[in-house]
Amino acid sequence: MNLTLRIWRQAGPRHQGELRTYKVKDISPDMSFLEMLDVLNEQLNAAGEEPIAFDSDCREGICGTCGLMISGEAHGPEKTTTCQLHMRSFSDGEVITIEPWRANAFPVIKDLVVDRGAFDRIIQAGGYISVNTGSAPDAHATPVPKRNADRAFQAAECIQCGACVAACPNASAMLFLGSKVTHLAELPQGQPERMARVVKMVDQHDAEGFGGCTNVGACSQACPKGIPQDVISTLNFDLRTALRGNR
Amino acid sequence: MFGKTENAGVVHGLYTDGEPIADTKAPAGPIADMWRTRQFEAALVNPSNRRKLDVIMVGTGLAGASGAATLGEAGYNVKVFCYQDSPRRAHSIAAQGGINAAKNYKEDGDSVYRLFYDTVKGGDYRARESNVYRLAEVSANIIDQCVAQGVPFAREYGGLLDNRSFGGVQVSRTFYARGQTGQQLLIGAYQALERQVAEGTVQQFSRHEMLELIVVDGRARGIIARDLVTGAIETHVADAVVLASGGYGNVFFLSTNAMGSNVTATWRAHRKGAYMANPCYTQIHPTCIPVSGEHQSKLTLMSESLRNDGRIWVPKNREDCDKDPRDIPEEDRDYYLERIYPSFGNLVPRDIASRQAKNVCDDGRGVGPLVGDFRRGVYLDFSDAIQRLGAAAVEAKYGNLFDMYARITGENPYQVPMRIYPAVHYVMGGLWVDYDLQSTIPGLFVTGEANFSDHGANRLGASALMQGLADGYFVLPNTIRDYLAKGPFTPLAADDPAVAEARGSVERRTARLLEINGERSVDSFHKELGMIMWEYCGMERTEEGLLKAVDLIRGLREEFWRNVRVLGSADTLNQSLEKAGRVADFLELGELMCIDALHRRESCGGHFRAESQTEDGEAMRNDDDFLYVAAWEFHGGDGDGEMGTPVLHKEDLVYEAIELKQRSYK
Repeated sequence: MNLTLRIWRQAGPRHQGELRTYKVKDISPDMSFLEMLDVLNEQLNAAGEEPIAFDSDCREGICGTCGLMISGEAHGPEKTTTCQLHMRSFSDGEVITIEPWRANAFPVIKDLVVDRGAFDRIIQAGGYISVNTGSAPDAHATPVPKRNADRAFQAAECIQCGACVAACPNASAMLFLGSKVTHLAELPQGQPERMARVVKMVDQHDAEGFGGCTNVGACSQACPKGIPQDVISTLNFDLRTALRGNR
Repeated sequence: MFGKTENAGVVHGLYTDGEPIADTKAPAGPIADMWRTRQFEAALVNPSNRRKLDVIMVGTGLAGASGAATLGEAGYNVKVFCYQDSPRRAHSIAAQGGINAAKNYKEDGDSVYRLFYDTVKGGDYRARESNVYRLAEVSANIIDQCVAQGVPFAREYGGLLDNRSFGGVQVSRTFYARGQTGQQLLIGAYQALERQVAEGTVQQFSRHEMLELIVVDGRARGIIARDLVTGAIETHVADAVVLASGGYGNVFFLSTNAMGSNVTATWRAHRKGAYMANPCYTQIHPTCIPVSGEHQSKLTLMSESLRNDGRIWVPKNREDCDKDPRDIPEEDRDYYLERIYPSFGNLVPRDIASRQAKNVCDDGRGVGPLVGDFRRGVYLDFSDAIQRLGAAAVEAKYGNLFDMYARITGENPYQVPMRIYPAVHYVMGGLWVDYDLQSTIPGLFVTGEANFSDHGANRLGASALMQGLADGYFVLPNTIRDYLAKGPFTPLAADDPAVAEARGSVERRTARLLEINGERSVDSFHKELGMIMWEYCGMERTEEGLLKAVDLIRGLREEFWRNVRVLGSADTLNQSLEKAGRVADFLELGELMCIDALHRRESCGGHFRAESQTEDGEAMRNDDDFLYVAAWEFHGGDGDGEMGTPVLHKEDLVYEAIELKQRSYK
């Protein structure tokens, strides 16, 4: 198939960006979206134009590195990561607009690459269980009911890609935050720091410039791992409990 | 089988023999006491001195993140580097299946000794006993640590951890987190690491790539790194350097590695004096999604846990190969693994499963699209399992893998058998390390996939995660203190000649890559190198093919430094420049891999040497001549892309705790 691509080009963080139009030909429906961009980059390189910078690493949908706004949708039309999106989801002659994640907390580095360092700093604020190496009890010492273990796992599936932020009209990271809070709150090991954790993480989230949650639900719709919106309910519940406790 | 003739590598002047390696620094005494002895004998560092000691960690996968976090907890001053935008994206994240541990929770006869035994046997008796025993010993602690961190392993209804049998072993010792064990373990290590960043013991440098090692007076004292965002070349000095930079499977271009996985950190260290051990030992994983066309940028693995319930087959008759598999009756299917290996069936080790898949496809009985003249695929069929367990149970176990398969191929594996084919997945080779995980450069430690020590010529399933975390959480922090106790070393000035030399070589090389401005893209060189490696240094190797490969790689490398085109500048994010540096190093590594493969005139582990096989076509190991680790020293060759003649140092493998046997899974 032949496609017209409108792609965001921006030379650096302080440069003005613009959408530029490119054509690609003979794209196979079995290609992944990023392989289609590889083909374009080879074309550009041959023509002497600097290739388009975009992030990707594992290309199997688990590392969370890739992420593009594709015709206005985070990760494009399917519920998956950009690297796992295949060209069979598009049709011949289509015009596709490709932009980076848009959020104040994710500044553009170059072209389609953004800085998601804010996520690391939110985890640093409290997204862990404090246990030094070597001090753990036997793994079977604390049984975890399967229901809790399963919900913890579901929340822990978050790959930290940032699609939730990109999709949210408020550029809120509450789905990301809620998934980490829920993962650790569902486990007995996460209880001792549960209340302190949620407060510190929410404070960091706000300090990074992410917006607030207004229950739009676009985050969960865009999430390639299908993290349900109710992790935000758990987050809010824990935050209320923690703040009451501190009064 | 070869006679006692001169090795072709020597005949053609491709390498020379050097002094053998006499000492691996393992403590004397019975194997079961060694680790305790070493932990006791390794010098301690007073807690108040630890913050005066600087350690650099390169890589943030399971080995790197766990090691950096643990050293930070101990109070050392740690700097951690990764090329990814966050430590949590390192490629350990993609491991699906599970992690082994000798917990014996299933009371099925497992033990430290059995895990040790299986690992050495699975590695086809080319791993070092002392290191593997220690790995098995600490395996149980890993699970405890991970559970305490909140890693959500699969559990049974009683709330206890579930285990499964995995990849060629007959006990259930594998812990797992659905199909994403790697991600969950890495999140655990990453969170521990970020906690130390918050504590101030660890400084994190993401989007940074190590491009050179600083060696002063024979000791590793730091690295030169490039900030991938600003392009700045930075000097970082320390008392010790740890490389946990992963494997080099991307030398094959197509592999299950991440796009950015590379050999640069270890190769630069190799050029500075660290021996590279068994570089040709590559694991070809049997259960990957087949290549669909020329555009392919990487291959996707599906956990081999699928082999627990899926049955592998191809049509008995070539003329059935393009039929709908559901229309091929039972009697016309060849369940070749069950036929050839009745006791292990579909659970034979990875190398055997891979080679037999190649054999049936070479026989013209492969399935799926034609790639060149052959169909490169075999069926992995779940219809029996769905009938036996129900679709819901199969979905609960493998749902995410089935979804991934469907997304990539556009086919529904609940209805049509999956197609699989082997792909490069893991490298057992890596920098040579002693019992302390220290390389031949004092002060340079190497952990995880980047070192060579534990998996021999073939790695068992669910052992890579175990080794990465064993090295990082438990082994390195204990052994490195013996070295650090000698520090802090003399402070280094920014204009120290060794620092200036390392920095200068990075700057020159970067400038040169941008100046060439030739005709061919970096990817085109990488793809061509990958094809040479896959064809001549892949699952089956011959003397003739390997000699040819060395010539081809030399020609390609010469062309690269003359004709590569890298656009853009050095002082911004420049992904072509990053790739060019990595491919330049792959072009050197590839040659050494072929020389190593050429010199090893035996079939062992994942490596089938056509000249060394039994009458019925099974691999024939040659313990008389090759019971050793081949550790290569870089020798000569100063300029970019220049390699001299490597020197071979042999470390004899001594088996005292395990009896050496020819492996048979029949």
